[in-house]
Amino acid sequence: MKLPLPPLPTALQPKPKRPGEAEQAKPVEQAKEAGITAVDWIDERTSLSGAARWVMFRKIPKGTNWFYTLGSATMFAFLSQAVTGVFLAMYYDPSVVNAYESARHITNDVWLGEFVRGMHKWGSTVMVVLICLHMARTFFFGAYKYPRELNWVIGVVLLILTFVMSFTGYLLPFDQRSYWATIVGVNINGTGPLAGPFLSDFLRGGAEFGATTLSRFYAIHMLLVPGAIAALIGAHLYLVARLGTTAPPWLKAESHEGGIREERV
Amino acid sequence: MADGRKDPKSKYTLDRGMPGAFEGETVTRRRFMNVTAQAAGGIAVAAFALPALGFAAGTALFQRPPVEWEAIGPPEDFGTESYIPRVITEVAGIGQVGKTTIYVRKRVPEKDPPSQPPGYADEFIAISTRCMHLGCPVRYIDAAKRFVCPCHGGVYDFVGKVIGGPPVRPLDRFYTRLRDGQVEVGPRYSVNSEFRRFPSYRDPAQDLDGIGQYLYPGRFSTPKMSN
Repeated sequence: MKLPLPPLPTALQPKPKRPGEAEQAKPVEQAKEAGITAVDWIDERTSLSGAARWVMFRKIPKGTNWFYTLGSATMFAFLSQAVTGVFLAMYYDPSVVNAYESARHITNDVWLGEFVRGMHKWGSTVMVVLICLHMARTFFFGAYKYPRELNWVIGVVLLILTFVMSFTGYLLPFDQRSYWATIVGVNINGTGPLAGPFLSDFLRGGAEFGATTLSRFYAIHMLLVPGAIAALIGAHLYLVARLGTTAPPWLKAESHEGGIREERV
Repeated sequence: MADGRKDPKSKYTLDRGMPGAFEGETVTRRRFMNVTAQAAGGIAVAAFALPALGFAAGTALFQRPPVEWEAIGPPEDFGTESYIPRVITEVAGIGQVGKTTIYVRKRVPEKDPPSQPPGYADEFIAISTRCMHLGCPVRYIDAAKRFVCPCHGGVYDFVGKVIGGPPVRPLDRFYTRLRDGQVEVGPRYSVNSEFRRFPSYRDPAQDLDGIGQYLYPGRFSTPKMSN
């Protein structure tokens, strides 16, 4: 059924098709075209498609298997920590007097608070487990060898930073367990010869666990270390894309029949 | 060049035939501008990075807390046979977190070596509950006349000397003095296993015997006592 047209001004009335003109694009095609146009617009100004192809369409060796996903899994664990952490920070108050109460408020009162706090708490353990598995995979597959030594070094720094995150984050709920665990942890830092006593003073913000210790840990936990981790993940991934991945050690290198053949020109 | 190397040039820009070169000029203007720009960048970074670092570390490492004395009761409260627990404020302004328990008794001259300097009330001994393994709170058990740590099993005898477990030195003590008929407790100090006094108290787990006293230097933030 065709409805009569509303009394539109002439300029807005649909024009009749001119002879010889191609049929107009349908809405779906138009949307598709718009998407391509937008991507083209960005690519023309950034040339990002080359970089994206370089990262995503890499040659990978035969025998690549599920163990090779542990690094990405660790990165997604970090992303999950980052996102949940940002939103926990909206309700958390890092003051000595209010920290415990605000953590309790998140768990008991805020809608989905227990769930998001649980994600952050258990996710931290997941991230440590995954990063250790990823390190073990790299070690047992021999993937740390030339020319990937620098990537191993970056990975070790990332492992240490992950532990720093675990240590500083442990204090934030500010219950008895986190308080005494932090006392013990800071004192372990203090056992380093010569520099140890000053390191523990730096961590506490003074000789005693004081008013600024909690906010100091909070700043390290949510500003200093996550930035460093994100930057190092970037460097880590760049080197993975640049150097490629290794074949698993049980895969023999392909050899020509009868050993090396001399090429006659 | 055939061997890929340039001929050694004169260090004077004039000899190299540079347009506008001065007599005796050795640094080209391009090089001068390059070094200047790099140096300016370095100074700009230092201008915000150094104050920020000093801000983060300065107070933590160098600020001396004031010497605070807190009255804990008249001298008659404390005997020689057992310890009396008292709660004192170690860090003011942070509520319960800044409080700590100490154990106080009268000194027995035959059993206790003197470890407070002259001028303090040496007849009292105020012992910190901070375990010298890793800082958990120890508890005094009167039946056993021992201090016991719940975390890793550190045990100290009646005078605070380690007799079991992982702690590295005797329990810390506090300066005491008598004012207006009250026993007052002041800053903390550490002792090594011979009860030698270290006025700049060390964190737990820092050995103060032998080489330990040099490996774990005193902090800059030690409260300054009057004498």
